[in-house]
Amino acid sequence: MALPSERKPPFLRGSLHFRYSWDPLMSQTPYSLPQPRAFLETRRTDRWWIVPLLVLAGFGAFILYSTWAAFQANNYFIGGASQPGVQMLLSPFYSPVLWDAKGIHSGHAWFGDAPVWWPAWLLFSPALLILPFPAGFRFTCYYYRGAYYKAFWGDPAGCAVGEPKFRGTSYRGEQKFPLIFQNLHRYFLYVAIAFIGLLAWDGYQSLWHFNADGSRSLGVSVGTIVLVLNPILLGLYTFGCHCWRHLVGGKHDCLSCSSARQHRYKVVTWLNQRHMLFAWISLFFVGFTDIYVRLCASGTWTDWRIL
Amino acid sequence: MPPIHAPLSTATTTRRVEFRVWRGDSSGGQFQSYTVEVTEGMVVLDCIHQIQASQASDLAVRWNCKAGKCGSCSAEINGQPRLMCMTRMDTLPDGQPVTVEPMRTFPSIRDLVTDVSWNFRVKKRIKPFKPRKPDNPDGSWTMFQVDVDRVQEFRKCIECFLCQDVCHVLRDHHKHDEFIGPRFLMYSAMLEMNPLDTENRIADLKHHDGIGYCNIGKCCTKVCPEHIGITDNAIIPMKERVVDEFYDPMTRLFRMFKPR
Amino acid sequence: MNALDRCTVHEHDVIVIGAGGAGLRAAIEASAAGVKVGVICKSLLGKAHTVMAEGGMAAAMGNVDDRDNWEVHFADTMRGGQYLNNSIMAERHAKDAPARVRELEAWGAVFDRTKEGKILQRNFGGHRYPRLAHVGDRTGLELIRTLQDHGIHQGIEVFMEMTVVALLKSGGRIAGAIGYDRERGRLRVWKAKAVILATGGLGRAFRITSNSWEGTGDGQALAYHAGAELLDMEFVQFHPTGMVWPPSVRGILVTEGVRGEGGVLRNSEGKRFMFEDIPDAYKAQVATNEEEGWRYVCGDKNALRPPELLTRDHVARCINREVKAGRGSPHGGVFLDIGWIREKLPNASDHIKRKLPSMYHQFKQLAGVDITSETMEVGPTTHYSMGGVAVDGQTQASCVPGLFASGECAAGLHGANRLGGNSLSDLVVFGKLAGEHAARFAKANKAVEVDPAEVEAHVAAIEAPFSRSGGENPYAIHAALQDTMQDLVGIVRTQSEMERALEAIAALHARHAKSSVTGHREYNPGWHTALDVGCMLTISEAITRCAIERKESRGAQFREDFPQKCAECATFNLIAKKAPDGSMEVHRRPLVPTRPDLAAVIEKMK
Repeated sequence: MALPSERKPPFLRGSLHFRYSWDPLMSQTPYSLPQPRAFLETRRTDRWWIVPLLVLAGFGAFILYSTWAAFQANNYFIGGASQPGVQMLLSPFYSPVLWDAKGIHSGHAWFGDAPVWWPAWLLFSPALLILPFPAGFRFTCYYYRGAYYKAFWGDPAGCAVGEPKFRGTSYRGEQKFPLIFQNLHRYFLYVAIAFIGLLAWDGYQSLWHFNADGSRSLGVSVGTIVLVLNPILLGLYTFGCHCWRHLVGGKHDCLSCSSARQHRYKVVTWLNQRHMLFAWISLFFVGFTDIYVRLCASGTWTDWRIL
Repeated sequence: MPPIHAPLSTATTTRRVEFRVWRGDSSGGQFQSYTVEVTEGMVVLDCIHQIQASQASDLAVRWNCKAGKCGSCSAEINGQPRLMCMTRMDTLPDGQPVTVEPMRTFPSIRDLVTDVSWNFRVKKRIKPFKPRKPDNPDGSWTMFQVDVDRVQEFRKCIECFLCQDVCHVLRDHHKHDEFIGPRFLMYSAMLEMNPLDTENRIADLKHHDGIGYCNIGKCCTKVCPEHIGITDNAIIPMKERVVDEFYDPMTRLFRMFKPR
Repeated sequence: MNALDRCTVHEHDVIVIGAGGAGLRAAIEASAAGVKVGVICKSLLGKAHTVMAEGGMAAAMGNVDDRDNWEVHFADTMRGGQYLNNSIMAERHAKDAPARVRELEAWGAVFDRTKEGKILQRNFGGHRYPRLAHVGDRTGLELIRTLQDHGIHQGIEVFMEMTVVALLKSGGRIAGAIGYDRERGRLRVWKAKAVILATGGLGRAFRITSNSWEGTGDGQALAYHAGAELLDMEFVQFHPTGMVWPPSVRGILVTEGVRGEGGVLRNSEGKRFMFEDIPDAYKAQVATNEEEGWRYVCGDKNALRPPELLTRDHVARCINREVKAGRGSPHGGVFLDIGWIREKLPNASDHIKRKLPSMYHQFKQLAGVDITSETMEVGPTTHYSMGGVAVDGQTQASCVPGLFASGECAAGLHGANRLGGNSLSDLVVFGKLAGEHAARFAKANKAVEVDPAEVEAHVAAIEAPFSRSGGENPYAIHAALQDTMQDLVGIVRTQSEMERALEAIAALHARHAKSSVTGHREYNPGWHTALDVGCMLTISEAITRCAIERKESRGAQFREDFPQKCAECATFNLIAKKAPDGSMEVHRRPLVPTRPDLAAVIEKMK
């Protein structure tokens, strides 16, 4: 149980940068810390591994799917002038379309066809320019960080569960490179907020379809509901962000000094308490939205019109 | 007439439960088995007391109030950091032995007692409360409930050090010299968010207290017997204030034009 | 080897024994006066029994009701104590408490606030106006944490997990203290010019108690053996509401704050029995119907308080009466109901959780009862000792030069019964006073040497349980003492039972002298219990002897054989003192005379 003496942590050897001055006898206690447990070793009797495993499965599946979907460079929209009567749906993975993929004219592209400067050996997909931002937001999110550190590299594997020993004594946490860059979360937040606007615009677009004569009419399909719901769920997640809570009021010691601040802080706190819930709901829903558009575009599913 | 809960049976049923209690000191030890007669409503600490009174009078255990208010009887019950006095026997799985062992983040003194003096040393190092001048002639301050709500949540802390025990930065990585642990990150947050306080501890949090070592696994929040939102309400807001001060170029730029 | 050489010796100007609210406040004050201060705590710093105080600290700040002032507080305290209080102390307490509360705020305490941003105050038993500054239902924790966090930066030396077993004297003056540390079992001697006792209560002498294991009457016993006088030991407060079920939590406190927030007591017939018996002294202050009581709780200044908020002694006796009459709850208590306020408040459940969070969790976790919708079962529990070391009202000095006492282990402020909330303010008001005067004493007097022979005798006594073998387990003796005190010297007392208790205590003394412990010296709870039982036997004897001597029912003492107050008994306090032959003698001492101006205040407020 005891550490060999050479491995006694420094705080017991007296090399403290702070001193304990109360009782000289107590400060020299020759006690040593218990040896850290081996990887996955624990005396917990409950099924503590379920949650990390679910995170691994859920987040892992999303990463795999979204990467695959991003590289497809097709089936990312339906509707438009060429498909009269079909509501205009655009996959959130590809939105906003800066340049269309090769040979595709979605009608959503801001700058037209695929850029000529894109290296020929690399497949061009509009999603590759877009996905890094929401991905970055999720990867630096305070909730996901704690969850995937556990699920992906066991840091820790679970509460009161032993860790893999490959880190040895050189634990760096978020104090040092590379994870110190997690502190940029708020910049991803700014982008994520902009994306909610863009996806809301896509939701609005999904209310429209082209008629055979080239005019546009309002309509509602199952896809419309999906595309409208998507930014709402993303908003519930994004505006519950810990950074946002800090920025709208948390950074002030005096909340009562402004009633608007007090109100904002209250609302964001409510969302923040449900951050994990909305993180997963919105993650799965944004994935589902892409799947829906993709399957409709490939003709597997039909986007049923309701109105 | 309000509902009165159904009269409980006064005849108590007894069951025998095997306890595996860690006995030993800093030089080593092992689990020893004891059998305890468990009756309705008993908590783990009652069982330990029963063992003490009848089978092992020298079994060392730290406890005071037995009501979850002093935070003395911290231990690991079936591997989970918990207060012995607030762990009811009927919440533990039936028919299995109950293991009780000391906290692992601190050196063992004897049996279930650990040397938690490190925590007292750390606290002393944090800059103390320094209020602004009183607002009123009688020496009092005007301060509103909405402002003190956040601070009061952290002041519920009973210093049981279970959060320190479960935190892997201390427990597995032994960063006691560079990291002050969830309890004291929260203590700093409590002082920082106090509307009266004029001291600044943000630089200390980054440079000396190792707030960056926290990787927000939220284990501290999960084990807190006072249900304090340690991670979400204390540590992350402090991380954000550290970002304001040290990592965010925009706030730094902004501050150049609008000095505090 | 000389016994003194085996001890680790520490030297200070002032040693404070006990690190609860009173001890820490005394240490801070003494340290501020520029003397070297050490604090000895039996547990870790910040774990003392003060954390268990829930409701609040009484201070007539008038933040909620501006009719409140020190005179009203003073009169309430005297009335609650049935006029056996030391009026000088009651006056100082009422006058100084507001400043002490504000001082805590300056040190970092964060009290609940009024809408105007001032410190919020709540209703409590026996206080005419809302007077208790509080933080939810964990005010004691706030107090001790504030003092602790402030105190660690004042250059005070803290000795954690060490127990003092005896005071050392030299030439009639205090010379220090001797004890051991729990961690290693090493002997320790603290040399000091002045010693402040702040060890708290003695509830552990009873079976059903709200006190933590530390409440073993150490300070009272230490003082008694050092030649100091114990005052009014018969007055042991039984808090009316302790948990009664399940058995393992029996006695754990249910704060009076539950009643302050509108909780009502009912018997098994569903009747609010407190309306039936209202003492004459309070007739003019109590609501006549349930509706008025509720309006009082809501802050209606014209309403009178509900009878549940009468003084603790009275409520405890009423509960006792209901249970004895067969109208109790299934487990021998009565029902305390806060959930009923749902009828009055739309968001009652949240309100209860916010105002009484630890009560909510305590019942949820320990008893499986949701207090927002279910009723609690409660019954009286040994809570507080009004008696203790007799001290001078101006200086907190005992009759032994250099020995001071404050907090629960001192006596005088509360008389025959303490009002809820007066304890926390007692700690800081008289802790400060004791620290101030102990420092003054230490500055004015030279150090005295400890007597090696005396140390040797104490060392032998400390180690005696190890040297005996085959003796009784000290836990068994402790349990027997608790049964004796609970059953024979409890809420309802009679001459014959108490005489039996005296015999039982004498027999336990003999058994204790032969008890033995096994194992090692490090952190051996059996050994510690053996030493603590000695203290409890001493104070149990004092409680019993004083209770026999006071042949009346007054405040916390209820004598079945003398159920009325007697006028003559209102004129004296009881003193227990060690006689030259080592036996305990009890004698009467006339009350400290009340100054005419204070008497006028009492008369005005009647």
